[in-house]
Amino acid sequence: MKNAKERLLEIKNLIISFYSYRGIVKAVDVDNLVLYKGESFGLVGETGCGKTVTALSILRLISNPGIIERGEIIFNGEDLLKKSEQNMREIRGKAISMVFQDPMSSLNPVFTIGDQATRVIKIHQNVGKKEARERAIRILELVRLPDPRKIMGVYPHELSAGMRQRVMIAMALSCNPDLLIADESTSALDVTVQAQILKLMRELKEKISASILFVTHNLSVVAQTCERVAVMYAGNVVEVGKVREMFKNPRHPYTIGLMDSIPKLGEKAKELRGIEGMVPDMINPPSGCRFHPRCPHTMNVCKTQKPKMIEIEDGHLVSCFLYGESRQV
Amino acid sequence: MIEWFKRYGREIKPQIEELHYSFFIFRKNPVTLVSLLTILALISIAVLAPYTVPYPQSALGEVHPYEAFEPPSMKHLFGTDEAGRDVFSRVLVGTRISLYIGVLVIFLALLIGLPLGIIAGYVGGKIDETIMRITDMFLSFPPLLLALALSVAMGPSLVNSMMAIAIAWWPWYTRLARGQAISIKERPFVEAARAVGVGKSKIMLRHILPNSLTPIVVQASLDFGGVILTAASLSFLGLGAQPPTPEWGLMVSIGRRYFLNSWWTATFPGLFILITVLTFNLLSDGLGEVLNPKLRRA
Amino acid sequence: MKLRDYVIRRLILSIVVLLGVSAVTFAIARIVPSNPARLWLGPHPTREQIARVEEEFGLNQPLHIQYIRYMSNLLTGNLGVSLRTHRPVLEDIKAFLPASLELICLGMIIGLIGGLILGVISSTRRDQSIDHFGRIFSITGVSLPSFWMGMMAQLVFFKWLGLLPVGGRIDDIVSLTHPIQWITGSYLLDSLLTGNWVAFTSVAYHIILPALVLAAYPFGLVARMTRSSMVEILQEDYIKTARAYGLRERTITYIYALKNSLGPTITVSALTFAYALVETFLIETVFNWQGLGWYSALSIMSLDYPSVMGITIVVASVYVFLNLIVDVTLAYLDPRIRLGR
Repeated sequence: MKNAKERLLEIKNLIISFYSYRGIVKAVDVDNLVLYKGESFGLVGETGCGKTVTALSILRLISNPGIIERGEIIFNGEDLLKKSEQNMREIRGKAISMVFQDPMSSLNPVFTIGDQATRVIKIHQNVGKKEARERAIRILELVRLPDPRKIMGVYPHELSAGMRQRVMIAMALSCNPDLLIADESTSALDVTVQAQILKLMRELKEKISASILFVTHNLSVVAQTCERVAVMYAGNVVEVGKVREMFKNPRHPYTIGLMDSIPKLGEKAKELRGIEGMVPDMINPPSGCRFHPRCPHTMNVCKTQKPKMIEIEDGHLVSCFLYGESRQV
Repeated sequence: MIEWFKRYGREIKPQIEELHYSFFIFRKNPVTLVSLLTILALISIAVLAPYTVPYPQSALGEVHPYEAFEPPSMKHLFGTDEAGRDVFSRVLVGTRISLYIGVLVIFLALLIGLPLGIIAGYVGGKIDETIMRITDMFLSFPPLLLALALSVAMGPSLVNSMMAIAIAWWPWYTRLARGQAISIKERPFVEAARAVGVGKSKIMLRHILPNSLTPIVVQASLDFGGVILTAASLSFLGLGAQPPTPEWGLMVSIGRRYFLNSWWTATFPGLFILITVLTFNLLSDGLGEVLNPKLRRA
Repeated sequence: MKLRDYVIRRLILSIVVLLGVSAVTFAIARIVPSNPARLWLGPHPTREQIARVEEEFGLNQPLHIQYIRYMSNLLTGNLGVSLRTHRPVLEDIKAFLPASLELICLGMIIGLIGGLILGVISSTRRDQSIDHFGRIFSITGVSLPSFWMGMMAQLVFFKWLGLLPVGGRIDDIVSLTHPIQWITGSYLLDSLLTGNWVAFTSVAYHIILPALVLAAYPFGLVARMTRSSMVEILQEDYIKTARAYGLRERTITYIYALKNSLGPTITVSALTFAYALVETFLIETVFNWQGLGWYSALSIMSLDYPSVMGITIVVASVYVFLNLIVDVTLAYLDPRIRLGR
């Protein structure tokens, strides 16, 4: 039973808007999202569906012109949105850390790897320079970088993309976070390097007790690394569940469309199927259920009301009027 | 007819959007707007001054020795100078001279520099090397120094100083134009023209030149202030305009002998130099922010 | 390529450029004027003087021979004799250079440091009032006619407020009662080194206005450059990453971001040094500061042709040398170049 596991992170009624020149972009409207301790969780959706913004909001890294209008992000029992900036700084990189998409540009080109890594360690842990260096070397070993001591003294441009990404992961793990957020961390990588990084993350998962939140548009990444997954569309969470369930038995029409559009090994060759219609304009999103213009099963109620999250099976939640009132979550 | 309008409207819609966005940025920055208005005011002064100033003869050299060194008053807004001439009139007419210098010098510099740069960039090879060597030779001088040396060699006069400044300035445009030509010549439409058999000079004139104008125009507007300042500095050292021309730099230079006792003789001309150069620089800075794609929609 | 190789390449390039500089000055000296001999001799040359100059410069000979003569003159340090002071131009330059260097260095330091600070602060408070104010302030600095500014400063601080002297390097009386021993040629340094406080104070009073006027341009330029490069850098991914690690804003701004923006700032500094070299012509004249600029302005105003040409080539060479130093420093600072690709 899921309730036996401890909740690590819970997002409730989160609304994030961007005040742009053209209007207010209603980027995120998430009723509920839960992460448990020690699990690897995927947050999946097309580009622009709001998943990265959601991830950033956990660390309160949303800045002008974006504003978190309201909501609660409960982490280890405390609402992060109510914390002071100083408190958040202590959490960033320590209790919650993040690995970004592009390893080429995420490291400061004029400082050595050692400089950057030890700085992070020193900020969060009260240790001297020497000890910080040792810790940095140890985590570089953890991510299977060859010759960590040498790497401490090199500059980012001297490393390959794959190695840089490992460094990023190492730095994110250096202070033993409870939650590691990986935002599209393999999207900028070559497929083979991607495979290596994912393998690394799977191995790390065994060793560390942190939860990992994988934010990605790539379903295969989710399939390889996650235990549970949430699907987002146009700023809403539409379905949550165990990965196997989701792939075998998707419930929400959008998820079904997604799964359908992936060619699968072993199947007979079919026509490539996509989802009809286009991604909606987020300044004037569709009323009611944001997916209704593209949904093959639209009903009248879909156009006017927003569906609530319902648990149709153990651990499998959907936000769609097609599914009756089983248990409201 | 209506069809044509509709189609044209659809085509330029993104440009109108961009224009609208540019105004939005302008509004965020009142300083740029103010400088634009000031420049328009200066241009009007330059055009209208000789006909509307209270003492047009002052600008031409009429002297009133008994009225020398009168402090600013209602009769003489900026006072009178050492020859009894109305400073206000002289300063306003000086606007025309300075703006004229700016336009002419930049035009000259472009006339020399643009073609050289485009030819160098497009044709490449030995011609490119030769042109760039010469350009680099000129570029290794601080511009004011080069203009000074040339002015001394050519003899002090307004025309000579303008030529001297133009000679000091053209290499910058050559370099810019060359860079543009190099990047544009790789574009598909140029290749297409070549494939059809269009001659080199036609390609350079009709394809490369128009497409490379934007950064050059931006640079030229940026340079406007600098040119006026250089010209004023040359005149201050006696190399540019000669008396009794009411050029600002010259007025400051002459006023220097008397300004500690009659502050108005040097203050106002110099003030106008400052205002002119400042507003041009502010405007191009503002334009730069508007046009720089990296800073838009940040 | 390694740093050492880069330096060697740049050095060779600089020598080539210097040759170009000499060619251009040669052109200005011999080809541009309609009658170079007359110019070289001043207002009333006698026929024999003209003949002698024509002989010496070989003005009847083909250009390339003239050029070789010219170059050999240059390399032996013969820049001609000043029409005004009747001393070799090189001697004059050497005598007056320290005074200018003193002024330029002080002005540059003030300008650079001030500009850097304003630039960084403006970039962190973008579009707020301090940014707008800073912008106007810096662009004003760049647009000031320095000669006029100097005069206005004299008007305010000397004539109206009576706080500072009108010009000169040192109070006349003090220079007699407490003469400064010559060590470096810089009055400030020398008086400091010899503990001559009276003279030091006097020099300080005299140098402050011209130095501030000189500082205006570098201040403005560096402030603008720093601001725009910082603004770009602060949007870079690695800054966002640094924030995600919980680094303090101040650390991010002054350590992480600033180091990346030093490159353009240093380039600009070299440009402004060259600018300052020529601006001192104007500023030293206004403040009667007897340095190279003052000397040059006098040469120009009296059409002392040999002197002007000599100064031109010296200043241009300094400019080339400066660019070399800047390029090498930039290469050193950027680890991407330093450690080779």
